[in-house]
Amino acid sequence: MLSVVVFLPLLAAIVLAAVPRITGAAARWIWLVVTLLDLALVVGLWLVYRDPGAGNLAFEEQVPWIPNVGSSYHLGVDGLSLPLVALTSLIFLVCAVFALRDTDRPRSQASLFLFLQTSSLGVFVAQDLILFFVFFDLSIVGMYFVIAGWGHGNAARSALKFFLYTFLGSLALLLGFIGLYLGSEAKTFNMVELASNPPFGGQPVVGGLVLAAVFIGLAIKTPTFPFHTWLPPAHTDAPAIGSVVLASILLKMGTYGFVRIAMPMLPDAWRDWAWFIVVIGVVSVLYGALVALAQTDFKRMIAYTSVNHMGYVILAIGAAGVVSDNAAQAREVAITGAVVQMVSHGLITGALFLLAGVLYDRKGSYDIGSYGGLAAPAPRYAAFFVIAAFASLGLPGFSGFIAEFQIFAGSIGPVPLTALALPGILITAALFLRALQRMLTGQTRGLSSGFRDLDRREILAIAPLLLLAVIIGIVPRFLLDVIEPASAVVIDLVSR
Amino acid sequence: MNMQQNALALLPEILVLAGAVTVLLAGSFLPRDRQWVTRAAAIIALLLAAAAAIVGMASPAMTIFEGGFAVDVATGAARIIIPLATILVLLLGVEELGGSPRESETYSLMMLAALGALAMAGANDLLVLAPGYLLASIPLYALVGMSRSPGAAEAALKTYLIGALMGIAMLLGVTILFGIGGSTSYSELRVTLGSAPPAAVLAGIVGVMAGLMFKAGGVPGHFWVPDATQASGTAVAAFLTSIPKLGALIAAYRILELLPSTVNWPLLVAILATASMTLGNLAAFWQSDVKRLLGWSTVSQVGYLLLPVAVAGRADIALPSLLLYLAGYAVSNITAFAVIAALPARRSIEDYRGVAAAHPWLAGALVVSLLALVGTPPTAVFVGKLTTFTAAWDGGLAWLVVVAAINTVASLFYYLRWLAPMFARVGAEVGAPAPGRPWASRTAVMGALVILIIGIAAGPVLAAFGTPLVG
Repeated sequence: MLSVVVFLPLLAAIVLAAVPRITGAAARWIWLVVTLLDLALVVGLWLVYRDPGAGNLAFEEQVPWIPNVGSSYHLGVDGLSLPLVALTSLIFLVCAVFALRDTDRPRSQASLFLFLQTSSLGVFVAQDLILFFVFFDLSIVGMYFVIAGWGHGNAARSALKFFLYTFLGSLALLLGFIGLYLGSEAKTFNMVELASNPPFGGQPVVGGLVLAAVFIGLAIKTPTFPFHTWLPPAHTDAPAIGSVVLASILLKMGTYGFVRIAMPMLPDAWRDWAWFIVVIGVVSVLYGALVALAQTDFKRMIAYTSVNHMGYVILAIGAAGVVSDNAAQAREVAITGAVVQMVSHGLITGALFLLAGVLYDRKGSYDIGSYGGLAAPAPRYAAFFVIAAFASLGLPGFSGFIAEFQIFAGSIGPVPLTALALPGILITAALFLRALQRMLTGQTRGLSSGFRDLDRREILAIAPLLLLAVIIGIVPRFLLDVIEPASAVVIDLVSR
Repeated sequence: MNMQQNALALLPEILVLAGAVTVLLAGSFLPRDRQWVTRAAAIIALLLAAAAAIVGMASPAMTIFEGGFAVDVATGAARIIIPLATILVLLLGVEELGGSPRESETYSLMMLAALGALAMAGANDLLVLAPGYLLASIPLYALVGMSRSPGAAEAALKTYLIGALMGIAMLLGVTILFGIGGSTSYSELRVTLGSAPPAAVLAGIVGVMAGLMFKAGGVPGHFWVPDATQASGTAVAAFLTSIPKLGALIAAYRILELLPSTVNWPLLVAILATASMTLGNLAAFWQSDVKRLLGWSTVSQVGYLLLPVAVAGRADIALPSLLLYLAGYAVSNITAFAVIAALPARRSIEDYRGVAAAHPWLAGALVVSLLALVGTPPTAVFVGKLTTFTAAWDGGLAWLVVVAAINTVASLFYYLRWLAPMFARVGAEVGAPAPGRPWASRTAVMGALVILIIGIAAGPVLAAFGTPLVG
């Protein structure tokens, strides 16, 4: 069943790419229907999902692939991956809705995004390191063509930078994977086996080096300070829906990799270096927030808040590796908060990038200073903007609050140092309020005059994301019930 | 074992030789407009050779002609990959070579060079390796010079001079190894070299490797590659950057595998590998001629291919990974050349602007083949790189793996320099000329499919290559 979920978009992509007779309109509707179908399948999976328990997977599939190196086609989900799988299907559906009016090579665009959807879903369900890497790398290739083909501004250059930088990360990751394989007793790439029987027990130096390779690979993708420099240009020049996929899904591959691969498979090295990771997290939080504060370009600002938001995740998973007395409970809360943050950031930042896309669509500019008093000509836009901004700065009642509250509640106990990151929330609040004030309130001026309000298609794309952010903010139990058992497993594994 | 059985074990080589002779003779009698018959004959002979090799893979590994020639998994792989790769080259050159003044001669020379590569791959005796080297080299000189342009003349001379020099170095190495080992047979050298003075063994192996690196197109024997690739015809360029490498690298693996541990030969090979990939990549960075760019890229590919050679006999996965990488490399490289052959008017990277809109299938094939050369999944070279990296790390050369990974990222840059303009939006491409080269185009698309199929079906392929060499 998971295979169907993963490869259904690819199948549609191949059909769309190979049949030139499909018209643009047909291609866009096929894209929409396929993503809708895929989301329906994932919702079905969620409804029948029962927690599989430690060391087990739900909806597992395994077929030998390259037996010589112990690699197999192995899929499965647990509480860490299921929320991200659901997020992925939702985000791609939203992109299909948002792109319903696009006229620039719609058949190729639909085909490319469906391809990207398969590779993104694949990353989150893969239970074999090589399979994980295959999907991870393909997502980079797909994103490169999205930015280079449909971007604006200096798209070719940004796309090249994105590809080279993240490809460097993926090769570091590959080196780490080879290290894990050679270090494992069973000589396998099977993620479940590697987690249950982690390599490098008594070799802190080799284990540390392998963790360094994996960490650099994932940190570039996440991205954390100081590996984030590819992110702002990639976001600024990417098309709106490309930015959405990049921020909501591709960044999560990095953080997901930490909880799925780095923590359970290299527990000793992770504990040895947990302090360092906490520091990286704190620096990312503060640095991302401060640089975002200095931006005049709306899209660049959101890009830097992504560095900030991902910093909370890094901080939480770092703190979870600092073993202290009787703090297992707190560290579980931190991991749960990290996973919720991944989902929450995906929803909220996705909405923000769509709103940025509307700006560019109407007026061809992201410059905050060029807009003013938008609330008068575009009240619906302003309302959505306010909701998204408040959600992003972590106001109670939104998913971001649940996530960040759990992260700090779980981290400050074991590692008081993490309190240093608290001003990050304050700065984010300040920068969003300032952007709100500058762009929405006051006299209508500059590019704001004659600004067409959101139409039905745009509302249909943005509303579900914000609605879900509110639902998770108010009744988070349905999500937490899925994540919490898996967080407990991760903490058990990393504490060995 | 008697002579007849020996000859039967050599059936694929005999078929290639018979095909080459037939093509040459038939070509002299057929009129210019019927020369395609020789092409058909060549393809049939090569197909039969590959089929015989596949059947032969089932029989147990052995040596024939008193240990002079090994018939084992490496020979079997070469016997399958080399003829099939040569067929791809012939197909991509249908339009370019068809009706040209020296059509049948070109086919015949290619088959003879392929035969030389086969002989090198199977050589289990230094005195079989040396004539294999000559048989693989001499047709190449003629092939390079065949297009008769001033550039081709220069390239042919360059190739010949370097080939002669490296050939002499190789013979010198053979002489030294014979002198200290008392034999030229690999099975006897395996025993005797262990007690020989290490410095002399090293000198001998440096000489032999010099010759093999000329054939493989790696440092230090790489100087001819970019010139010859740029100056000769596309089909010939595809041939000489693919097929000789197959024979040379398998030969290198075979001879290094038997060396004693008294000599630090893995370090020698690792240095050659580092030099090849780094130099090839750096030189390819700012090339604008696509053929020259691919020429330098093949130099860097030799570097990666030397990873498993550097750990020959020290990691279980080394040999299967080498053979898989060779197969993946050959088809990826030839596919890229097939795209060039299908678009003969486009010579520089800038000329490829807007190709995606005019020729979507060719653009797709080029994306697949170039990303395959980078090692992006799920292509054949990805699994090749994965397994060769694993083998090299397992064999104790982790630093070399890091070097190779960094080089891989660097190589992405110049492949993207070529790919990116293809997808640029061009304002109304003025009546893009129809491809007009259906054979080359079809070869490119077929090659791209094969790249993906080998990548996805890598498991069975690796398993088929998984047996050890004959002792």
